[in-house]
Amino acid sequence: MTLIHLDDDYLIWRSFDFQNYWRNEILSIQKKIFFSIKKTGTTIAGIIFKEGLILASDTRATNEEISCDLNCEKIHYLAPNICCCGAGTSADTESVTKSVSNHLELQRLSTGRESRVQSSVSIIQRMLFQFNGLISAALIIGGYDFLGAHIYSIHPHGSTENLPFIAMGSGSLASTAILEKFFNNNMDINSAKNIIKEAVLAGIYNDIGSGGNVDFCIIKKKTLEFERNEKKQNFKKTSGYFFHKKDSIRIRI
Amino acid sequence: AHSAEMMAMNSTFGADASFNAGMPNASMQGGYGRPAARMPTSQVEHPKEQRFSPYENNGGTCLALAGADFCIVAADSRLSAGYSILSRTTTKVGQLTSKCCIASSGCNADQVTLHKLLKFKLQMYQHQHGKELATPGIGQMLATTLYGRRFFPYYTFNVVGGLDENGEGCVFSYDAIGCFERLKYTVSGTGQALIEPLLDNLVDYKNTDKKPTVARSLEETLELIKDIFASAGERDIYTGDFVDIHIITKDGTRYEQFALKKD
Repeated sequence: MTLIHLDDDYLIWRSFDFQNYWRNEILSIQKKIFFSIKKTGTTIAGIIFKEGLILASDTRATNEEISCDLNCEKIHYLAPNICCCGAGTSADTESVTKSVSNHLELQRLSTGRESRVQSSVSIIQRMLFQFNGLISAALIIGGYDFLGAHIYSIHPHGSTENLPFIAMGSGSLASTAILEKFFNNNMDINSAKNIIKEAVLAGIYNDIGSGGNVDFCIIKKKTLEFERNEKKQNFKKTSGYFFHKKDSIRIRI
Repeated sequence: AHSAEMMAMNSTFGADASFNAGMPNASMQGGYGRPAARMPTSQVEHPKEQRFSPYENNGGTCLALAGADFCIVAADSRLSAGYSILSRTTTKVGQLTSKCCIASSGCNADQVTLHKLLKFKLQMYQHQHGKELATPGIGQMLATTLYGRRFFPYYTFNVVGGLDENGEGCVFSYDAIGCFERLKYTVSGTGQALIEPLLDNLVDYKNTDKKPTVARSLEETLELIKDIFASAGERDIYTGDFVDIHIITKDGTRYEQFALKKD
């Protein structure tokens, strides 16, 4: 691998490259080809309690008006002490969180210290701002580092907020209503878990972009617990249907 | 307006024989065989007309299925607008006569008005002729009503189900402006693409080799419809909450409500 190859790649990465965006615009105008992107029309929320913080999310991924994944994972791993919930375009949240989690690991190996929440927020914010909001990833980052428990929200254009409770996604209005009413400082773990579960359920039932089950991620000083599908929806049992096999294909001409 | 925009893009790069479909000129190289990014840095604006749209799709799925001596008309009961649920208990099914029901999905305002209008017309027929209009006649009447508004249509996707004069099940399906056809089963609405293939296989036994000898009974058909709506409610975000099922037999119309997932 020559040095020139590295430099050129680096230069191309550092400049704003919107080629694919323009290509998509031209395709949709001239050739009428529209790309349907898988969005997570979502409810995600985060809350800080006395010993740490809890992140929660629903599990529905929609492709325009059909839910294409009834049980997808929206809580992503960033570091042993940091987790991230993602709303917006699925591909964008996946790729952003993967790239940042790799970046943080390299940082940990190079500095020998545990990752700080603020550093992951800065990295993501810089990347999202550079792409001008075209990467449609709205994230809630929560972690417990040596400064304590923090949750940050990042919007697609790169603005961040540090708050004691946050909700994002299409169901965020329903969730925020519940969180605003019931939040207190210094709650214990059970009341915090109840409140955030009610907040995400409000999004699940009142927003049609959100649905499925509730996932939790509880981060305390030394522990990170991932509770998947904490609330399972009732599935109707059927007696089953028999689909007859097709031995040959008959074509009527 | 579109061609003007493409011409403007042409002049930015210089008119070139290899300029193809508005894409950047591939012969301009930068780096390892990649075309240089020389697109305009500001978004190209062209005039957009802003206008009030009188139509809105409030979602929902309607289904009608005809048997040998019964007919089932079912619809979900969710009313949505955008990403919100406006009501979990709206009725999309209207009972027109003792032997006929209509279910419509699409714009709720148009559905309510259309059902009212049909009931007026049926009352007039009853007064003038001393008897109820039979289901095939209702089918025809709805088609002419819809075509009467050919240039400002009712934004409804209707299905009509009932018993005809011989007591057999009878289902009509419509498009928005009144093209109709008599069928054995039909679905319309946001869940149509999810349910129609299932009905093709399970009710009409299309694309199978073995067909069962005994036709499905009323109870089995009812179970089938409940399962179908449960599946559609899982995947279609606009279908859910409750299913209103009207079962029309020679003894009259029976109503059943079946609960779906509310998320």
